[in-house]
Amino acid sequence: MLKFTEEHEWLLVEGDVATVGITAHASEQLGDLVFVELPEEGATFAKGAAAATVESVKAASEVYCPLDGEIVEVNQAIVDDPSLVGSDPEGAAWFFKLKLANPADAAALLDKAAYEALIA
Amino acid sequence: MSAETDLKKTPLHALHLELGARMVPFAGHDMPVQYPAGVLKEHIHTRTAAGLFDVSHMGQVIVKAKSGDNADAARALETLVPVDVLGLAPGRQRYALFTNETGGILDDLMIVNRGDHFFVVVNAACKDADFAHLEKHIGDTCTVTPLPERALVALQGPKAEAALASLAPETAAMKFMDVATVSLVGTDCIVSRSGYSGEDGYEISVPNDKAEALARALLAIDGVMPIGLGARDSLRLEAGLCLYGNDIDTTTTPAEAALNWAIQKVRRTGGARAGGFPGADVVLKGLDEGVSRLRVGLKPEGKAPVRGHTALFADDAGTQKVGEVTSGGFGPTVEGPVAMGYVASEFAATGTTIYAEVRGKYLPVTISALPFITPGYKR
Repeated sequence: MLKFTEEHEWLLVEGDVATVGITAHASEQLGDLVFVELPEEGATFAKGAAAATVESVKAASEVYCPLDGEIVEVNQAIVDDPSLVGSDPEGAAWFFKLKLANPADAAALLDKAAYEALIA
Repeated sequence: MSAETDLKKTPLHALHLELGARMVPFAGHDMPVQYPAGVLKEHIHTRTAAGLFDVSHMGQVIVKAKSGDNADAARALETLVPVDVLGLAPGRQRYALFTNETGGILDDLMIVNRGDHFFVVVNAACKDADFAHLEKHIGDTCTVTPLPERALVALQGPKAEAALASLAPETAAMKFMDVATVSLVGTDCIVSRSGYSGEDGYEISVPNDKAEALARALLAIDGVMPIGLGARDSLRLEAGLCLYGNDIDTTTTPAEAALNWAIQKVRRTGGARAGGFPGADVVLKGLDEGVSRLRVGLKPEGKAPVRGHTALFADDAGTQKVGEVTSGGFGPTVEGPVAMGYVASEFAATGTTIYAEVRGKYLPVTISALPFITPGYKR
């Protein structure tokens, strides 16, 4: 199940684990990224809490945790090469995997059509 | 004033849109922050080839002595800036500062001796205040004439010389801070060999109605690409150049800002025309006796950019605050984070390690000489 947030994150929900990244639209708005800071594995976040930081040449932006959960894996590849986020934001440049506290909550997030309407 | 419809447009506005720029409000103007290439590529392109910048939002003004003697205009300007204006030769430009009564900086600017008048370029955000300041203080002896009918573009980078020389060969012989009248696209332009990128290059004042023709002529030259305000900021930061409002303002004196080089000997204590500008007692005391804080370069040791307003500490526990970052970001040429800011003088020596508080962590930062890059000025 692919879901989106109004804060421009995408989530691929498989069972009780969601793979989270930022959308192509967000990546385009941010421009070239030069720094990515990811959360620690094992950290827990409430929905809406700042979980990661991305920085372009000009500015820092937060990436918010889309649902309550625990970080079970992070993508070191985007820390090593932040430009990956620009080249493949909705694929190889995922940020972290989140074990959802309440998997059913994912249903209430935006679907692809609703997200595309949001950014249109 | 903040509504987008109130934003002023430069004569190159339509061209920016045509080139696919992302526009942002800046100092009351709708300006290009980047073009489709993006800030990183634009920055690197300027350092390796040539970049064209629209800086028409800046203020241009003519100061002319009512007596007809340009030395009278120089003397009048010297009552407002701690700079040797009388000794500035015709066809030469010099960096200057408007100081206030407490020795703070009202704006930084360029002063050009045009022979029978002075041509002055000031920051966009300060221009109305600067024009009023000039009129109020030297309007009795000088006419102060803003030039809203002129645009300003900057051509910067190692290929700027060849690019401009292809339109006007005589510009190749100009030296850093030389200024000349040059015919470009069929009109007289004021060309100075200067800029705000740390690279060799030119700034060109052109009548509004010829600005787009000039920009198109320059962009048509191999190696010239349009550059937005985003890269303009990262370029000047690597070059160690101050941004007014960030790195210098009414609360910073020239000595604190490490701008001693901008104050020539003749205006300093013991000089033939010492003082005589607003706040001279404070400004000269700072030069003579030193100051308690200094603007320095800051090189974060890790990969994380350290932004403006970040607090700086002597220790990695955040116990003793010793300063604050005023400008910081990623330097594409340095390939890492770069910053500048003010620190207590005892921590200002190059090589000193202090700590920046970023998202609850204390990151080591080394006091670094400015600039971070080797400038390409043609002296």
